[in-house]
Amino acid sequence: MAATVIVIGAGPAGVRAAQALVEAGLRPVVIDESRRDGGQIYRRQPEGFTRTYDTLYGTEAQRARALHEAFDALRPHIDHMPDTLVWNVAPNAVHVVSGTHHRELAFDALIICSGAADRVMPVPGWHHAGTYSLGGAQVALKSQGCAIGSRVVMMGTGPLLYLVAAQYVKAGATVSAVLDTSTFAQRLRALPQLLAIPSTLKKGIALMGILKDARVPIHRGITPVEVRGTPERGVQAVRVTLADGAMLEVECDAVALGYHLRSETQLADLAGCEFRFDHALQQWLPVADEDGRSNVRGVYLAGDGARVRGADAAERAGRLAALAAIKDIGMTCNEDDANKLRTQLSRFTRFAAGLRTAFPWPARFAATLPDETIVCRCEAVTAGELRRVVNDMGAKEANRAKAFSRVGMGRCQGRFCAHAGAEVIAAQARVPLEAVGRLRGQAPVKPLPMALAPHEDMETSE
Amino acid sequence: MIERADVIVIGGGIVGTSTAFFLRRRKRSVILLERGLTGQQASGVNFGGVRRQGRALEQLAMSNRALDTWRRSRELLGEDVEFLPSGHTRVCYHAHDAEYFHRYAADARAYGLDLDVLEGAALFRRFPFLGRDVLAASISPLDGHANPRLAAPAFGRAAARLGARIVENTEVVRVEKEAGGFRVESATGDVYRAEQVLICAGAWANALSTQFGEPAPLTARGPQMAVTEPVPYVFQFSMGVYTSIKEESVYFRQIPRGNIVLGGGPPGPADAGTRRASVLPANTVAQMAQFCRMVPAMRPLHVIRVWSGVESYLPDSEPVIGPSTKADGLFYAFGFSGSGFQIGPGVGETLAELLDSGSTPVDLTSFSIGRFQRASSTHAESVTSETSP
Repeated sequence: MAATVIVIGAGPAGVRAAQALVEAGLRPVVIDESRRDGGQIYRRQPEGFTRTYDTLYGTEAQRARALHEAFDALRPHIDHMPDTLVWNVAPNAVHVVSGTHHRELAFDALIICSGAADRVMPVPGWHHAGTYSLGGAQVALKSQGCAIGSRVVMMGTGPLLYLVAAQYVKAGATVSAVLDTSTFAQRLRALPQLLAIPSTLKKGIALMGILKDARVPIHRGITPVEVRGTPERGVQAVRVTLADGAMLEVECDAVALGYHLRSETQLADLAGCEFRFDHALQQWLPVADEDGRSNVRGVYLAGDGARVRGADAAERAGRLAALAAIKDIGMTCNEDDANKLRTQLSRFTRFAAGLRTAFPWPARFAATLPDETIVCRCEAVTAGELRRVVNDMGAKEANRAKAFSRVGMGRCQGRFCAHAGAEVIAAQARVPLEAVGRLRGQAPVKPLPMALAPHEDMETSE
Repeated sequence: MIERADVIVIGGGIVGTSTAFFLRRRKRSVILLERGLTGQQASGVNFGGVRRQGRALEQLAMSNRALDTWRRSRELLGEDVEFLPSGHTRVCYHAHDAEYFHRYAADARAYGLDLDVLEGAALFRRFPFLGRDVLAASISPLDGHANPRLAAPAFGRAAARLGARIVENTEVVRVEKEAGGFRVESATGDVYRAEQVLICAGAWANALSTQFGEPAPLTARGPQMAVTEPVPYVFQFSMGVYTSIKEESVYFRQIPRGNIVLGGGPPGPADAGTRRASVLPANTVAQMAQFCRMVPAMRPLHVIRVWSGVESYLPDSEPVIGPSTKADGLFYAFGFSGSGFQIGPGVGETLAELLDSGSTPVDLTSFSIGRFQRASSTHAESVTSETSP
């Protein structure tokens, strides 16, 4: 019997992994949380929406079209499970839920292409309605053709800051300001590494042109002070300190925040993968070899979910991980193909390092967040409460602080607060970030309905 | 480095920390040695039920003592462990279980535990949300629930404030009797000495009791816990199903901020060596179905997190509490078999009394470790394998 290979995610990594598996004569199962393929970056608009590829994806239109067409060609040769959440991973089986129907799917190999989400740093007032992540603001536009507000401020740092701002401008939305915490000097310092992929660098520079033409105010080297708003009216303004120390207040009715991306590693965690602290990224990441093999036999990691290197790298990493799985199953794989992919990926790794230099994670803000700032929005845990459990209860480790304060215990399970929470703990306990550790992954990856019913296939098979 | 105290407590769960606390109130010097952090294992991951009803009658004297401590916890500990005297209700689906509710209520009254048993129309008037499979309810008005993540660490801090020395991240590898008391050695070679030693190391206790020729057939298992997103606070009590069918035995409590804490059903695997325990996905799925049966209104809710931890079980589901049968001055308290949280502070108070004064009015005979030496070793092993997950 042919091996069962499950691919989680139908973004750039997942689609290219599935393609390589089909080429090898396998029939993979592709499980995706979304209703349509494409992942976050090449998200397809709902049926009945008629925007062109150029409108939707701009400079990435060709890549988006190529990926969609590749996936459409794969459909007869794969088992596609859209709208399906992998909520838990057991040894050699995943547990999935679609609506309220659940089932267990056994695998010989599992390729996790779980993607990335915004890395966020709290700011006072970010709990007001109208505060989104940059990625969330982009999804609203790409999927539904909606802007998050009529006067939008984009704040944070990273390539997405400028990309989303430019996409909003092109869609006709008003971007009231782009507020970047990193500086032009940091960008210059990153230049040699960014030249590893000149075409992408050029696209980035072009985005600046779009914003300049639209006369969007851009401020670099800012320090966020507050998202001003009220519970009734939501976001009303954003206040920052400019590089020269002056205070700036920008009126708006929505704000999108983000500091580059972080890998979505919950599934790798539930699969039992070993994690290591990455000093350059200041993040805990699952351990994987160059081809994407984790330390757990049969579990492979690819794309931004393993390491943020962008969509182009994800396509290659997805294919490479599939080739590794094919080889490990005992089938023949094209070594020349694999070698080429490894060489290409090393350029993306250099480029990703450049992005980190150009748009650094502002760890220093955690130490000076006012006590009343909410760090964990699900559980409404403030920076002050987190500092209290460090000082009064001796909680200098992430899981201990979680046990005492509830930080990271809510719906998102720390996906959006764990990074900043760890920084607050580290600053208060005066220990390196690495010593704070990381929150242990717990199922379900996302909320699981209590009214579960067995999937029809399970009922008939029993 | 050599340190000395009147008593060394090995294990920083709810029993160890509360024993240290009550010993300090009796002015005895205490060193508590904990391999990880206080309250991190069974005491910290359990359901948080502060429940007397359903316990073996022999446990009720200590359980009543414990309730008194829970009720005064804020005053005694100087911090809030979120104890809510909300009442605890057991419900059942089977006629023989309803009959048992009446018998148990009659028996427990003599031990100071008052229960109300409701059936039929009166039952659904009181609990209109219950599924119509439910036959009877047994209500213990004075029981309730507390936050297990906070309780044992709070006892530990209160003991420390009274002068106990709490040593965390210290694994004990050897306990030896010597002239005048005991010598306790850690994995890193630190030596501690005391006249008396209490081993209350949960799933790790057996390795130490074996050093005194008193092995116990202890198995490690993991409770299967879950929690929902916050919803309006309506269940102002803790509730569980009494049944001999393990799959049916689920329980829940709601905390005032709205989340409903869920647990029960068959346990999951746990490993004392790696200190890891897991929630089996199939157990979560089966649990949800049982909750929807007990309280159909839970159907629209979502589980946002599951967790487990390392608990220790004995074949008869009763703990070991009391003196060693082999060494004077050595005491045990472990193997609470998933029911140690509520009774913990009562055990701590009783052991502190016993260690300090040499006696206690509480009858500990049935909890003696000697009961496993009386059984043949082959018999004990076969019982263990039957009850292993």
